[in-house]
Amino acid sequence: MSSAAVTRPLIEPEWVLPSRGRVGMFSLIAAESAIFTIFVVAYIFYIGASVSGPKPKDVLELPIFSTICLLSSSLTIHLAVRALRNAKVSVFGVWWFLTIVLGTIFLFGTGREWHHLIFSDGLTISTNLFGTTYYSLVGLHAFHVTVGVIVLTIGMIFTLLGKVKPEHSERAEIFSLYWHFVDAVWVIVFTVVYVIGR
Amino acid sequence: MASETIAISGADYDARPIGERLHDWVVTVDHKKLGILYILYALFFLVIGGIEATIMRIQLIVPHNHFVSPEVFNRMFTMHGTTMIFFVAMPILFGFGTYLIPLMIGTRDMAFPRLNALSFWLTAFGGLLLYYSFIGGSGLYGAGNAPDVGWFAYAPLTSRAFSPGHSTDFWTLGLLVSGFGSIGTAVNFIATILCMRCPGMTLGKMPLLAWMNLVMAGMVILAVSPLTAAQIMLSTDRFLGGHFFDAQAGGSAVLWMHFFWIFGHPEVYVLIIPAFAFVSEIVPVFSRKPIFGYPVMVAATVCIGFVSFSVWAHHMFTVGMSSYSNSFFTITTMVVGVPTGIKIFNWIGTMWGGKIQFKAPMMFCIGFLFQFLIAGLTGIMLAASPFDWQLGNSYFVVAHFHYVIVGGILFALFGAFYYWFPKMSGRMYSETLARWHFWLFLIGFHLTFDFMHIPGILGMPRRIYTYESGRGWEIWNLIVTIGVVFQIAGVAVFVFNLLRSLVKGVAAGNDPWDAWTLEWSTNSPPPEYNFAQIPVVMSRRPLWDLKHPEDPDWKYE
Repeated sequence: MSSAAVTRPLIEPEWVLPSRGRVGMFSLIAAESAIFTIFVVAYIFYIGASVSGPKPKDVLELPIFSTICLLSSSLTIHLAVRALRNAKVSVFGVWWFLTIVLGTIFLFGTGREWHHLIFSDGLTISTNLFGTTYYSLVGLHAFHVTVGVIVLTIGMIFTLLGKVKPEHSERAEIFSLYWHFVDAVWVIVFTVVYVIGR
Repeated sequence: MASETIAISGADYDARPIGERLHDWVVTVDHKKLGILYILYALFFLVIGGIEATIMRIQLIVPHNHFVSPEVFNRMFTMHGTTMIFFVAMPILFGFGTYLIPLMIGTRDMAFPRLNALSFWLTAFGGLLLYYSFIGGSGLYGAGNAPDVGWFAYAPLTSRAFSPGHSTDFWTLGLLVSGFGSIGTAVNFIATILCMRCPGMTLGKMPLLAWMNLVMAGMVILAVSPLTAAQIMLSTDRFLGGHFFDAQAGGSAVLWMHFFWIFGHPEVYVLIIPAFAFVSEIVPVFSRKPIFGYPVMVAATVCIGFVSFSVWAHHMFTVGMSSYSNSFFTITTMVVGVPTGIKIFNWIGTMWGGKIQFKAPMMFCIGFLFQFLIAGLTGIMLAASPFDWQLGNSYFVVAHFHYVIVGGILFALFGAFYYWFPKMSGRMYSETLARWHFWLFLIGFHLTFDFMHIPGILGMPRRIYTYESGRGWEIWNLIVTIGVVFQIAGVAVFVFNLLRSLVKGVAAGNDPWDAWTLEWSTNSPPPEYNFAQIPVVMSRRPLWDLKHPEDPDWKYE
């Protein structure tokens, strides 16, 4: 098939299409949003529906510190991506590492909270409806943070091996979209579980 | 053009041992091979789902029949519904999309070829997981059994108390896994269509098939994800002792219905929109006219995509909702008929004044038009909630949605098979056999599903394994089952036609239909790289421009 025959004899403007990584990530985020929406709806629908204790207001405390850590990790990953775009690989590594640390602190906070809930308050996923909805919603979010930390760690290993180059900044940026999304979900989960639901 | 020889499958390719060639298919990331894998996989499950339907129809042919036990009957309707929706309709439509989209938008592969392979194998694994329940449903101690909770698996039937063993676990895990596959495919479709179009192909110049698959993929992302979430909840209940759908602990069975149908109704449009896409490609070519009202077609598709997310609870009129909910969902359901009607008028407008060629693809599309119209009309009837209170959960509903799925989607699919078979195989099918297929299947379809409405109106509920005589249902059930014989004969002719043409068919050439979209500009079957040179398009019908340089479309668009 000769392309000449179907080409209009004019100089066309350059053919630019959106980046497939970005579009793919936004599509994935849309799908994840739908999943989280269903869990949040179920959580709100079941607020106060448990027929037995413990109730949220008896056992839940505001996880302020880990929330601050997770939300500020959005800033650190943004700075990391910007540094890589400006070809400052070592600065990128520092911010990237800080993101891992902040994400891990958040997971550690969740782990401590769950340990306390299970062993001091006797709340498990099968105790009552609150336990079912709480562990599944917070757990689904923590699972996404875990996946994020794993990917971040792989990126860190590549950075330490010196494989990360400025031309990879788009990949880092696409991953940062996911990380920002996970942070945004936490804002909703925090509001629903710890503010409205308590 | 039709006289060009086939360039692919040279002697060195075919000479390799069969193990190596099969290995190629397993590790492939080529969108054409994966598309064909999807289609073959779905055809395999089509036969299985068809056998399950046949077993049900044999059981219901006369009152008090003892062909199968009530337990087996329950498993049959559950497996039939689940198989046909998740492991036939979705993979076969994904298969056509995977095969055709890169060719039609003039690129060499999908945006994420490895994700494409992963999605296919996840879907395939989901189907195997579901069918493994026949062996391992009771946990491998005794004989296994398949899930028997119905394809929408209402709570509390799915709780451990009512579904002991693992049969329901296989159901929920099978759908969860294949759901991940579907979401992966949808992400891939969107990224491919938005980011991989050949130069000159603006959104307004894309073939309608690409447009409709774009909308379909967006709907999969927003509709299958809620099902995934609901399956995670059900697994939590069944494996971890959760209480999401456990009414005794304060949970709600109705919540499951909402979550299921938030998926379930858009799913109908996920399936029918690719069928619309086939019709929108086939009807213009066999009417020798460009599609009538292209921008309106696109707008109507997007409109259906939006509105179909607000109609789900019309599946729940009989559950007992407030009068406001009933009114809301009645109105939205009727509204979604409007853009659908616009499409039907556009296809008729395309045929109007055209030089219609009654080849097999076109015949199936015309069958689609008539039958889909009737399916839509019974849909409007059922949308009126008072009418639905009378006929909900009756055979009228079964007849209605089989009219949509068989009369609409399957007819469009058969049309698509005949239309693109020459491209995929490089061989022409037998037109005589295709006509036999069409008429046998048409007669069988109408015998079965026209007459299925009547016992529904007479009060026959769905999902009963037998019935009393003397209620006036016998003759209709007999006719319905006789129709199955014709349908089986039709499908047998279809399969025979495909297999025979694969071996004995005459070479089809690149462009047997004198069509206008890019897939017909490359070889049949296309080489792995699709296009030696990435095409540049100026209009919606690039091959028309090529064949008629004196009167190209781009002068008028």
